[in-house]
Amino acid sequence: MKLSRYAFAAALCAAAMGFTAAKAESVVHVVIEPEPPLLMQGLAQNAPTNTIAGNIYEGLLRYNQKLEPQPSLAKSWEISDDGLTYVFHLQEGVKWHDGQPFTADDVVFSLDVFLREVHPRWRPITDNQIASVEAVDPLTVRIVLKQPFGPLMTALEVASAPMIPKHIYEGTDFRTNPANNTPIGTGPYKLQEWKKGSYIHLVRNTDYWLAGHPKIDEIYWQVIPDAAARAVAFETGTIDVLPAGSVDVYDVARLSALEGACMTTGGWEMASPIAWIAVNLREGPLSDKTFRQGLMHAIDRNFGQEVVWNGLGRVPTGPIASTTRFYDPAVNIYDFDPDKARELIAQSGYKGETIRLLKLPYGEIWDRWAEAVRQNLLDVGVNVELVSSDTAGWTQKTSDWDFDMTFNFLYQLGDPAIGVSRSYVSSNIAKGNPFGNVGGYSNPAVDALFAAASAEADEAVRQAKYSEVQKILTDELPVLWLLEMEQPTIYRCDIKDLVTTAIGVNDGFRDAWRE
Amino acid sequence: MIAFLKRFSRNPAAVVGLVILVLVVAFAILAPLLYPNSPWKPVQRPFLAPFAQAGFPMGTDTLGRDVAAGLVHGARVSLQIGVVSTIVALLIGVPLGAIAGYSGGWVDDLLMRFTEFFQTIPSFALAIVMVAILQPQLGSIILAIGVVSWPPVARLVRGEVLSLRSREYVQAAITIGQSTPRIIFSQILPNTIAPIIVIGSLMVGTAILLESSLSFLGLGDPNLMSWGYMVGAGRTRLLDSWWISFFPGIAIFLTVLALNLAGEGLNDALNPRLSRGRK
Repeated sequence: MKLSRYAFAAALCAAAMGFTAAKAESVVHVVIEPEPPLLMQGLAQNAPTNTIAGNIYEGLLRYNQKLEPQPSLAKSWEISDDGLTYVFHLQEGVKWHDGQPFTADDVVFSLDVFLREVHPRWRPITDNQIASVEAVDPLTVRIVLKQPFGPLMTALEVASAPMIPKHIYEGTDFRTNPANNTPIGTGPYKLQEWKKGSYIHLVRNTDYWLAGHPKIDEIYWQVIPDAAARAVAFETGTIDVLPAGSVDVYDVARLSALEGACMTTGGWEMASPIAWIAVNLREGPLSDKTFRQGLMHAIDRNFGQEVVWNGLGRVPTGPIASTTRFYDPAVNIYDFDPDKARELIAQSGYKGETIRLLKLPYGEIWDRWAEAVRQNLLDVGVNVELVSSDTAGWTQKTSDWDFDMTFNFLYQLGDPAIGVSRSYVSSNIAKGNPFGNVGGYSNPAVDALFAAASAEADEAVRQAKYSEVQKILTDELPVLWLLEMEQPTIYRCDIKDLVTTAIGVNDGFRDAWRE
Repeated sequence: MIAFLKRFSRNPAAVVGLVILVLVVAFAILAPLLYPNSPWKPVQRPFLAPFAQAGFPMGTDTLGRDVAAGLVHGARVSLQIGVVSTIVALLIGVPLGAIAGYSGGWVDDLLMRFTEFFQTIPSFALAIVMVAILQPQLGSIILAIGVVSWPPVARLVRGEVLSLRSREYVQAAITIGQSTPRIIFSQILPNTIAPIIVIGSLMVGTAILLESSLSFLGLGDPNLMSWGYMVGAGRTRLLDSWWISFFPGIAIFLTVLALNLAGEGLNDALNPRLSRGRK
């Protein structure tokens, strides 16, 4: 009797302790800004959707921070020697959130039907590169290409190619299917509740295929529309994770210095955004290469990185970010050298024409940056006038080529064939898209090199072609590269393994745990 | 003139206002001599506190630009915008008010309804919309401030003209057959100059405030250093680097206050019989 009472008390105690311990370590509060319009990642790939949906959906592959493919829903793969046939072997025992099994048919449906119809980045890949996608058996998928296409293996992460349940979407109108509001994926978390304007509540998928994962029970994504309020919420402890972009850059140092706060700039290797000034090459002094080289020497890019961006980021050497594949540092380097700048500008025959520099309307940092660049250029005698506008105005002016110089930044998306070539190839000179070749740069040699490097599976051959492209572009300067942007994620240090892949928080909380 | 100055100097507040104004104007004129470098140029490390380094009595801002240099150069921009946009408002308001007051009847009704139409629109909101549509540039900002500021001028001038129109000398001018424009410009308007000067001096202050508010919201001319821009650019650092916003804020406050005090003094000095019992 005595013993059993003790045992009972001990059991109760243990249960209570276990309960409190589990409670303390199993909930994480994350900021989401702005509130996503939709969580169905096949249909929406805007930033807030991607930040959350990587917990619900999964792709065939994940990528480590060197952008090497890692198993996700595909556990292994083989590529034929001619680079035309890719075979993916799927994980066993994977279930959709509604209990249906995940099979090769779902993969075929996702890649060949669903994403082909609705996904702006996947569509050109299926239409131009892929000959067929077929299920060999329930756990094996074979993709056959029309010609070798090196970037395929970097285009299979969750935002670029999420797996979509065939049993829910087949034969329906994908965009209006009511299931879009109750997303069903294979991911480590399920959508429990979405209180619009307030929070999105995800809970652990107890049937998740990777044993022992995920380790955190619940995630609350809190909608806090004001940047200062988000910073305060982290300071007061109501928020545990601030994904990149959710606080202003000048708050980063202060928040990461708080006790128990950690900061990482990892998890952005796939995106690796580069900020630059796009130059309208069609007429005037800017059409002269020597003049542009002078501008590049005149702009103090280190000042931009150290002072304007508070030390975040790196000064780029050329069009391909040093954090992505096929980067080559052996190119023309432009130091900050006002004297050399003056010399080159005089040599180009510049006569004091006014040059309009369009600011990017993304807040204070970009305003200060534009002011600093303008002052640099005024100092070497280039007559620069800043033009401000709102986001719609910037988009319109940039996509209609109504600028002399304009600030911009673009994601590299893991492979130069996907994220870099689009800004420099002449086939991408078209009005209406601010992220195309807006400056009108046209060089047949560059076009040919980009095309050849894309249609090639051999990495060494691709590297040689991309090295040559980088040499040409850093000599001709179709745009003025300013900064490899770094994106800080701030979080409580007791959350471990939060950022382990090339898309960081966007890959979900599968591996994260709390001490 | 001597009598006017005497009356003006009897009001100590007005004299203080005038002194501050003269100082601000002096700074604005001497700006290129005091700080020959562009106020946009980073000259020291960022976030230098006031007096932390010799030669930087007001510290530096987020990019290491001298706040004092910005203040002095900003005085030019703020005063220029204040004065020019007031002239624009007067150029719209005075003729409209004069025509309405002199003509009476349906012309008066029409013009006053038109004026009221502008008065019903919140002036700051209208200014924001105009600047945003026309691109934030010096010209569009001056135009926007002028367009939202003229209705009170028109109403004031109309009232003055209404009362002057029935005076005997105006009746005499009509009787001897002077043309209407001549009567308005040579007989009536010269007699409304005093209240116009007073309202004009007060409007310069309002215009400076409007320009500052627009710049604070990022709708200033991005190529011109103005006080409102400086306050706006420093506001996110208010907690740790208060001086970036504080000094330009004080400059706006003092200048607008000085304009109001001096305007009030002008009013009293120009209308001795209407002055509010000041000794």
